Amino acid sequence: MLINIKNLKKDFKTGDVVTKVLHGLSFTIDKGDFVSIMGPSGSGKSTLMHIIGLLDRASSGLYELEGVDVTKMNDNQLAELRNKKIGFVFQSFNLLPRTTVLDNVILPLSYASESVDAKERGKEVLKSVELSHRLHYYTNQISGGEKQRVAIARALVNKPSIIFADEPTGNLDSKSGVQVMEILQKLNDEGNTIILVTHETFTAEHAKRIIKIHDGLIVEDQKVINRRVAKKGEALK
Amino acid sequence: MKSILKQSFSMAIKSLLATKARSFLTMLGIIIGVGAVILIMSVGAGAQSLILNQIESLGTNLLVVLPGASEKDQPPPQAMGITVTTLTYDDYLSVKDPAKVPNVMGIAIFSKNVGTTSWKSASYDTSISGTNASYRDVEGGNLLEGRFFTEEEERNLSKVVVLGATVKKELFGDSKAIGEFIKIKKHSFEIIGVMEKRGNVAFQDYDDQVFVPVRTVQKIISGVNHLGFMRVKINDRENIDQAIKDIEFTLRDKHNIDDQSGESDDFSIRSGNEAMQLFETVTNSLKYFLAMMAALSLIVGGIGIMNIMLVSVTERTREIGLRKAVGAKRSHLMVQFLLEAITITLFGGVIGIIGGVATSYIVSLVANYLHYKWDFVVTPSSIIAGLIVSAGVGLFFGIYPANKASKLDPISALRHE
Repeated sequence: MLINIKNLKKDFKTGDVVTKVLHGLSFTIDKGDFVSIMGPSGSGKSTLMHIIGLLDRASSGLYELEGVDVTKMNDNQLAELRNKKIGFVFQSFNLLPRTTVLDNVILPLSYASESVDAKERGKEVLKSVELSHRLHYYTNQISGGEKQRVAIARALVNKPSIIFADEPTGNLDSKSGVQVMEILQKLNDEGNTIILVTHETFTAEHAKRIIKIHDGLIVEDQKVINRRVAKKGEALK
Repeated sequence: MKSILKQSFSMAIKSLLATKARSFLTMLGIIIGVGAVILIMSVGAGAQSLILNQIESLGTNLLVVLPGASEKDQPPPQAMGITVTTLTYDDYLSVKDPAKVPNVMGIAIFSKNVGTTSWKSASYDTSISGTNASYRDVEGGNLLEGRFFTEEEERNLSKVVVLGATVKKELFGDSKAIGEFIKIKKHSFEIIGVMEKRGNVAFQDYDDQVFVPVRTVQKIISGVNHLGFMRVKINDRENIDQAIKDIEFTLRDKHNIDDQSGESDDFSIRSGNEAMQLFETVTNSLKYFLAMMAALSLIVGGIGIMNIMLVSVTERTREIGLRKAVGAKRSHLMVQFLLEAITITLFGGVIGIIGGVATSYIVSLVANYLHYKWDFVVTPSSIIAGLIVSAGVGLFFGIYPANKASKLDPISALRHE
């Protein structure tokens, strides 16, 4: 069991006003799974992703990552764990400007405690997202789809336990979107655990399992029966 | 951590180059501040060397005996226009006695006045230096023609005069002066010599004066009995302390002062070294004061750096969020932004140092071109200090923005538009 969450709650305090966002969620995710978290905006799916992604802490409840309780960890411990265990892919890519593709990809390695041959590792992951020919391009010289593949390569570079993809196709045309989903499915086939956050049913159905959230509660958690398989050249929508 | 440093440094250079105009304007305060400090320190040292060279050319084994008591670190009463009459020709004769004060190579005594000199229809206002026959042993200076007066003429109240080069030129032009008689304050003096042109030394114009035997000035021109001061040349620097003691003892004896502590003295002795030290103290404090004023612009520059770093933190909020998401700790971001601030200020510091040194060099070239003996002085310590101070400014003024960057919440930073 990779992720074990029990009765997870999250409140936000603004002055005297307390807003309850997550009302007690419980679920587990196994290694090698591909889970879509779905829900409309305001449902709490982003908050949940931030907590699972160790960017935020739960107000109460249990969260074990690979058997380790992370709820009591301090900022530095969480940063270290994010560096080792988690790879993020964002809707808006978040690549560094004025920096080459390769340097962007190896950014997480500069914060890693173990030393690896960063350039070699960077080239390796860029090859796996089919961007070997763009190593020394600057990020303003490549297309949106390529940018997102760079972001995926960056998420992979530390060999994380989980890859988080937050609306990864949201800013892409459908052709590039298909390519991104194809890569995510391939990575999952290779054994990577992927958590995909989306509000589109179509995209969500590329996963093996969908967790639907509404008003801070899980309203549905089931396997995808007719799983979609992304193929190059097909449109996403 | 090493890769973070390297990466931060290259990142800093990149963002500097990406916004060249902004970076340059940001650096300008540091450039001006460091440049001005280097320039002031260097020009100050050059000007100091110019004057010290001149004082030194007078000889550092000189003692000055002044009438009246004065503290060593304060100006003598004469400097404030007070006349003290406690030094006389007899005192000179005692100090001159080798049995009382050995090690003396020469003594020059002075009783000065100012007055009009005239020859035929020409007249010229100048300084009348009453001095003794051994004047040139102490003060130097060569005769262009004729001779200096003798000890006999000194004692006999002879009315003879030696002209300084300027006076000769003003009164006689190119015509012959030796053997002619000029009038000084209505008394007639025979010209027995003309001095060579000597120029200014330590603010004193050696050419604009006439030399008359000291007793003649005292009795006939001024009607006084005291000396202005005397200069005593000692044979070796090492004997100066002993000579001071000997002169003190002799003069106390002569003036019937029993107190050997020096508190009751009616004279004072100063050495050239002291004068140089005094001069150095005064000019140093002036130099450091000016350098401090210039350093103020470093503070202004530092505030500029802080401002631009805060702008940079805001502009790069998403980048900061991303770095946190991929595992950067607070300390990583702190180091990164501090290093960027230091890179900017250090860069500015280097440009400032180059500019300051170049300007100082030009100043020294111009001064030397104008025939001043001006040393080009840039000490390595001032360059090192310039580098350390500029890095320090970056460090100090970078702390607030860097801390702000490191404290950003990753989630809101990632959402920042």
